[in-house]
Amino acid sequence: MKLFGLIWANLFRKKTRTVLTVLSLVSAFLLFGMLQAVSNVFNAGADFVGASRLITQARVSFTQSLPMRLLRQIETVPGVAAVSYAQWFGGIYQDPRNFFPQFAVDPDRFFVVYPEWTLTDTEKERFRTIKASAIVGERLAEKFNWKVGDQIPLESTIWPTQDGGKTWTFEVAGIFGGKDEDWDARANLMYLNFAYFDEERQFGRGGAGTFAVKLADSNQAQQVASAIDGLFENSPDETKTQTEKDFNVGFFKQIGDIGLLVNYVLFAVFFTILLVVGNTMAQSVRERIPELAVLKTLGFTDFAVLSMVLIEALLICLLGAFLGMLAAAGLLAAAAKGLQIPFSPGDAKLWLQALTAAIGLAIAVGLLPALRARSLKIVDALAGR
Amino acid sequence: MSQEALIQLRGVSKVYTRAGQSIPVLDKLNLDIASGEFLALMGPSGSGKTTLLNLIGGLDQPTTGSVTIGGAPIERLSSNQLAAWRAANVGFVFQFYNLMPVLTAERNVELPLLLTNLSAAQRKKNVAIALDVVGLADRAHHKPKELSGGQEQRVAIARAIVSDPKILVCDEPTGDLDRKTADEILRLLQTLNRDFGKTIIMVTHDPKAADFAKTQLHLDKGRLVEDAHA
Repeated sequence: MKLFGLIWANLFRKKTRTVLTVLSLVSAFLLFGMLQAVSNVFNAGADFVGASRLITQARVSFTQSLPMRLLRQIETVPGVAAVSYAQWFGGIYQDPRNFFPQFAVDPDRFFVVYPEWTLTDTEKERFRTIKASAIVGERLAEKFNWKVGDQIPLESTIWPTQDGGKTWTFEVAGIFGGKDEDWDARANLMYLNFAYFDEERQFGRGGAGTFAVKLADSNQAQQVASAIDGLFENSPDETKTQTEKDFNVGFFKQIGDIGLLVNYVLFAVFFTILLVVGNTMAQSVRERIPELAVLKTLGFTDFAVLSMVLIEALLICLLGAFLGMLAAAGLLAAAAKGLQIPFSPGDAKLWLQALTAAIGLAIAVGLLPALRARSLKIVDALAGR
Repeated sequence: MSQEALIQLRGVSKVYTRAGQSIPVLDKLNLDIASGEFLALMGPSGSGKTTLLNLIGGLDQPTTGSVTIGGAPIERLSSNQLAAWRAANVGFVFQFYNLMPVLTAERNVELPLLLTNLSAAQRKKNVAIALDVVGLADRAHHKPKELSGGQEQRVAIARAIVSDPKILVCDEPTGDLDRKTADEILRLLQTLNRDFGKTIIMVTHDPKAADFAKTQLHLDKGRLVEDAHA
């Protein structure tokens, strides 16, 4: 583009102002990158599971257990291929800061409903046969340096043992990975042998927090969910069945509506940036009114002048966005390594979101000054009116 | 109506509206300017000199009357058509040079050529020629703030002639310069008129500057009041 040189030169006409403006944009996009990545992780936790499974929980809350007898009834519903069950354990390993999720599951049923987790047959057999055993995700094993055969003590915050103690000890029967990168990234949880857990817990025996239903046809999700809930309608154990994705979204909302919080914070950040950069752009164009009039005098059209101002706004926003996202990517990479959270700093979706935000911001801050530049009358502008 | 006239104004009036009030600036003005003319427009402030210059340069349009240049009426052209017409036919020189401070001399001179289909190499060549004509070939890479006032005005003149327009419109081109430098600029304009055949219309308050022109016209209250050949 022939005019790029002029646009670029104009951008750095006042270096300090431009650097400060870019820095404010870098800060905004650094925050954007970090917060959006957090939001994406929570959403991805819901998204990546697809719609091939349903989760049945107590209608009131998933913290209320459902009796095991429901299992057989759910299995009879047409469209149900297999059913597994799970109970949230809520244990602490050494320090509450070492949080990771633990669920008690039935080994036989679990691997049928969740074939995405990969484990050797020997390890599966060990999980099945050793009562006080658990399988752990590769990321978790890596983080705590666990090996098969290690004894892992967990302090339960919910379930006391028969003798009233809080400490449970599980032998690592196997270390599982995921069938692909997405699942691998989430292999940071632990599954306990349900039979042992159920036998040893002081209360709640014979109940499970949720039932995971594998569908014969994922297109039948709605019908199967309605049929399951219909089975227990008006009974003491009314259920709420939803896709695994919806369940996960609901689960994360127990922590807080992360997406909404992120949006509020980002809205505040971008609104402030809009005012800052918008004012800078308006000031920059105001200072150049005579120069823009000269360009029009030389034969540049109204549209050409409008485009120049808009491109200038776009360049400054893209520059700030790129540097901010680069910084965010660096921090996310460090966080992903240190916190065992599956952030994807190079995630194309994240960069696309940033690009869209930068373009939107450029239009918002550049449009009014650009329209002003377009509509200025040469004679008045040259005369300083 | 003279057949040889490059610029013809017939019954041209211009009325501005400021704060709800109509202010007549030019009053039914008729004027012919021949090709190759070097015309100095003089007159007191508010007499309509710059307004007349703006109409001839296609920067403004008359309230009534016609402005015909090279046989083409320009008073009814759209904004975009006028922009294209100016780019092809008129070079502008201002009192305060109006160069882009962020660009070097050669980039400033190149600006009108960005509107053409010339290749980068051809543009570079034309810029070099224009800077050579105004005697500033060795200042091509300097920015305006690194040049003297006279040099800045030379760069502005190079920018005005680089696309080889027929007409040069100069609004007080020496108004910001000392006598010696002003005379150099005026001699340069004379050269462009004499050797390159440019038709020059120059607004000036300075009688000494006007003496460099072939013809002087005086305006008062929007009317031509005197016609004297230098």
